[in-house]
Amino acid sequence: MSDTAHTKDAAEGKTDNNQTFARFEQTDKSVLDRIQHVLHKNPTIVPVLVLMVSIAVFGMLAGGKFFSPFNLSLIMAQVSIIGILAAAQSIIIITAGVDLSVAAIMVLMSVIAGKLAIDVGVPAPIAVVLSLVGGVLAGGLNGFFVTRLKLPPFIVTLGTWNIFYALVLWLTGAQSIRSQTIDATAPLLKFFGNYIAFGGARLTFGSILMVLVFMALWYVLNKTAWGRHVYAVGDDKEAAELAGIRTDRILLSVYAVAGFICAIAAWASIGRVGSISPQSFYEANLHSITAVFIGGISMFGGRGSVIGALFGALIVGVFQSGLRLIGVDVLWQVFAIGWLIIVAVGIDQWIRKVSA
Amino acid sequence: MKKLIATSAIALLASTSFAAAEVGACLVTKTDTNPFFVKMKEGATAEAEKLGIKLSTFAGKIDGDVETQISAVESCIAAGAKGILITPSDSRALSPVVTQAREAGLIVIALDTPFEVPDTADVTFATDNFAAGELIGTWARKKLGAEAANAKIAMLDLNPSEISVDYQRNQGFLTGFGIDVKDPYDIGDEDDPRIVGNDVTNGNEEGGRTAMENLLQKDPSINLVYTINEPAAAGAYEALKAVGRENDVLIVSVDGGCPGVQNINDGVIGATSMQFPLLMAAKGVEAIKAWADSGERPTVSAGLDFYNTGVTLITNEPVDGVPSISADEGLGKCWG
Repeated sequence: MSDTAHTKDAAEGKTDNNQTFARFEQTDKSVLDRIQHVLHKNPTIVPVLVLMVSIAVFGMLAGGKFFSPFNLSLIMAQVSIIGILAAAQSIIIITAGVDLSVAAIMVLMSVIAGKLAIDVGVPAPIAVVLSLVGGVLAGGLNGFFVTRLKLPPFIVTLGTWNIFYALVLWLTGAQSIRSQTIDATAPLLKFFGNYIAFGGARLTFGSILMVLVFMALWYVLNKTAWGRHVYAVGDDKEAAELAGIRTDRILLSVYAVAGFICAIAAWASIGRVGSISPQSFYEANLHSITAVFIGGISMFGGRGSVIGALFGALIVGVFQSGLRLIGVDVLWQVFAIGWLIIVAVGIDQWIRKVSA
Repeated sequence: MKKLIATSAIALLASTSFAAAEVGACLVTKTDTNPFFVKMKEGATAEAEKLGIKLSTFAGKIDGDVETQISAVESCIAAGAKGILITPSDSRALSPVVTQAREAGLIVIALDTPFEVPDTADVTFATDNFAAGELIGTWARKKLGAEAANAKIAMLDLNPSEISVDYQRNQGFLTGFGIDVKDPYDIGDEDDPRIVGNDVTNGNEEGGRTAMENLLQKDPSINLVYTINEPAAAGAYEALKAVGRENDVLIVSVDGGCPGVQNINDGVIGATSMQFPLLMAAKGVEAIKAWADSGERPTVSAGLDFYNTGVTLITNEPVDGVPSISADEGLGKCWG
């Protein structure tokens, strides 16, 4: 087979020095194959393209309102919380896990910060620090169950999602802490609701925080030994173990870091929402998973860039804003996001085949 | 597994089965988390204690948890209760088990949420959500006066399912404001140019803020905002504050939760329709007692297919012809 292909090439006068192996199974490289290869090397290209195309399409359909600096900065603000949660979610998914408790950790930590600062009278900076520590502990608890008790992440975080949510209701009696109360006693909690205005845009501190979280996480995952180990564990845990990586320790730290990022999201969420609301973000865990998958991170672990999750969150935001401005009923927005997920994971599966 | 849980629940209840002379009753709420149902439980428990009724309470885990509610009703039948108070999580799916309970000789009273066929239960004690909406609609129309003709209205609803409480409050508000609602069961089919648009909030602050931001993008000149409940109203206010519009936009809401009433004092909400979960539950317990003692069945309010537990308008800016009480008075009656 390869012989004939080779002979054919030779006959056609093609000069290929190093293509023999590539040609072993496929005699002709189609455009599609090339695309597949490029995407396999750079999985973030797909979400970037989808984001650019959707911005262009909605810009045309919805007109100037969509393209206004104000609207674009508003989309950033609206996705900022889901975006930060998606950052936490992405490192878990890179280890081939999943974390259903991210939003519950976030809401719990926002409630803890609020209760400490407002009801107990702890100075606001200390309340924030304590809630960040709480995030590490909550994430660490997930990690403990996953690594020590060897329970599947899905089950562990399904459990802790319920546990943390119940604690939220117990602490608050399902009652919000009002915006006016926070303003009066602990305005620091709403720090990330401030914004920088320029040229009609309003970049909230929360939006900037989201970008910074992603940049920091990208750096750590790609430029440090810890980050490479995280990818290695996600790609093939046994192989990583054989290579001398202490995989359980890496996994535990990943869950703790995710919990910490959730606690950062908690602080940002108070600025975004205004009040501390136990009923908000109930399904934000699923939205964060949506952003991660649309961002081209593989659910089988070890592959995909965290920056993809940022684009994934932005794509969802652009779709929602665009469809609303056109005047499409909410249920069709839900419909569209559903298709986005399936198409995104479909593309991911297709890209994976290149290595098969 | 499910069966096992159900059976063990029945066994557990049967072991504490009601003594022959004692009147037993059950309260089955949608969740134990929503302050509205928490308050309902408090009201029922207090009234049951007063009347010497043994009350068992059950709740679903989340709104829509039909299975837990079904096994709760089954447990009540098995335990020989005289009556059941229930806020059905699904006004269709719970019909068969409720019919079963009535055939077994129990009186069934729906609280807050009517069954799809209201006759499924013996009677329904509920807030007239349409009237609650109509009150704030009328108040807003009179408050704006001549400007009502040029109002720009944002409608912040609950969720895409358009459940009964959602469309009743929405359509009630529009009716009170003097807008033709077309199909009274459909949200958003109106063509009055004063309506800027509808969006959903999931009844919380985050959703309220995002929905308000979206509608402001559609038309920044919005000056009247209807909200499904007070947390959504608080979120909408934050969105308006962010663009410096909080003082020239009127927000109206429904519920009567304590943070909502406080928000009237703080100028966040202009007016809200307060409902009375405590009263609903207390009336229900009384009805079970009356039925157990004398076989007397509760009746519905004139012109309605349920017993109306009433709504009260709370506002610090009363208008002529719309009875209301102040927020300070409201704080004494609020729930949650």
